Amino acid sequence: MCLAIPGKIVEINDNWALVDFDGIKQNVIIALIQNPEVGKYVIVHAGYAIEQMDEKDALEAIEQWKELAQDQDLNLEDIL
Amino acid sequence: MEIPGTELLKSKIFTEKIVKSINRIIKDLNTPIKIMHVCGTHEHTISKYGLRSLLPKELEVLSGPGCPVCVCPAADIDKAIELGKRDDTIITTFGDMIRVPATNISLAELKAKGGDIRIVYSPHDAIKIAKENPEKEVIFFAIGFETTVPLIGYEIQSKPPSNFSVICAHKLIPAALELLISQSQLKIDGFISPGHVSTIIGLKPFKLFSDAYRVPNVIAGFEPNDVLVAILMLLKQKKEKRYETLNEYSRVVKPEGNKKAQEIISNVFESISSPWRGIGRILDGGLKIKKEYAEYDTDKKFDIDIEKSQDIPPGCSCHLVMIGKLYPYECKLFRKECTPINPIGPCMVSMEGTCSIYFKYYKEEYPK
Repeated sequence: MCLAIPGKIVEINDNWALVDFDGIKQNVIIALIQNPEVGKYVIVHAGYAIEQMDEKDALEAIEQWKELAQDQDLNLEDIL
Repeated sequence: MEIPGTELLKSKIFTEKIVKSINRIIKDLNTPIKIMHVCGTHEHTISKYGLRSLLPKELEVLSGPGCPVCVCPAADIDKAIELGKRDDTIITTFGDMIRVPATNISLAELKAKGGDIRIVYSPHDAIKIAKENPEKEVIFFAIGFETTVPLIGYEIQSKPPSNFSVICAHKLIPAALELLISQSQLKIDGFISPGHVSTIIGLKPFKLFSDAYRVPNVIAGFEPNDVLVAILMLLKQKKEKRYETLNEYSRVVKPEGNKKAQEIISNVFESISSPWRGIGRILDGGLKIKKEYAEYDTDKKFDIDIEKSQDIPPGCSCHLVMIGKLYPYECKLFRKECTPINPIGPCMVSMEGTCSIYFKYYKEEYPK
């Protein structure tokens, strides 16, 4: 039920945006997020964007893990 | 579409590394540990990817009441069914809801008998149906946790047509955590909290809870490695005797949550003591529509009289499965009388119901 999937904003029309989900484009309501911007990622639940994030932030959040995952000598429990 | 970098969250090498760390901490702790999640989507990830089979036997991961369809009281479904029997109504709701057995029949059975019951993907679709059918009363049967609440709130405050109203059966997650932890016999060592509920409400409601009850909490995403990292973060807190709320899903969840969505919720709804199916009444466990928006409140608009309802049919153990006291396969109806084709209890219906997930993913060997 609380399933929400990411997509990228392609076009904005007032409270609606055309969002690209891996090639399939759908209109979603963007009235629940602040300052929606074309090119940013949104998390979409039942036809409404519930959060927006930019690629840089998303990558940053994952990048720290990449290092943890790749370092053979590192014990995760010492870092997290 | 995936956010760039997400492939790491499915990488087996990373999984192995996390599991090694989990094993080391469990060995140090040298005591059985119980972790509970409260989200059907988390249970789905755990079961689909067989995560329980990767974990040491001292570590139990329990499924809590994280399926909104399952915790919706039979009385609310009975109410929707009574309204759906009228000639002048159209009942709209999410797909998961219509097959859930209520006291006598389900909405799907009413539909088969000719009731105008329609599945919608989005609450906005229900508004469209109301506009297209001005001669009918269009009722949206609104279920869901905080993730879903602002969607309906937005539609209500956007002045929908006057033939539209909402059965407000929304439930709130932090209150349920409080109830679970107060059940002392469960002895939960840590909670994995749902990432998309937290996307809306932020970390604070969970922080209040981990502070007050000294139980660690980690907000987690939905990829397999998200869940495993969350478990590791809980175990580490346990080992260091810390009781914090940490955010594993920081690529989406902002500490403050979604302020705009929170404003909509507090504008349209107020929290109430609310019954959860099979669990009982939970203080601040649900929402009602504020009187300013009473014209869209189905309860205010219609005089509905429901006779005594029945949440748990005889023999069904959903009330125990939902709070992690029983595994689905410990229920005597599981896989016998009760199957996804012929569900007896609510947990066998939804794709997020614990019984339905166990039916699908655990064929022969059940996890501990």
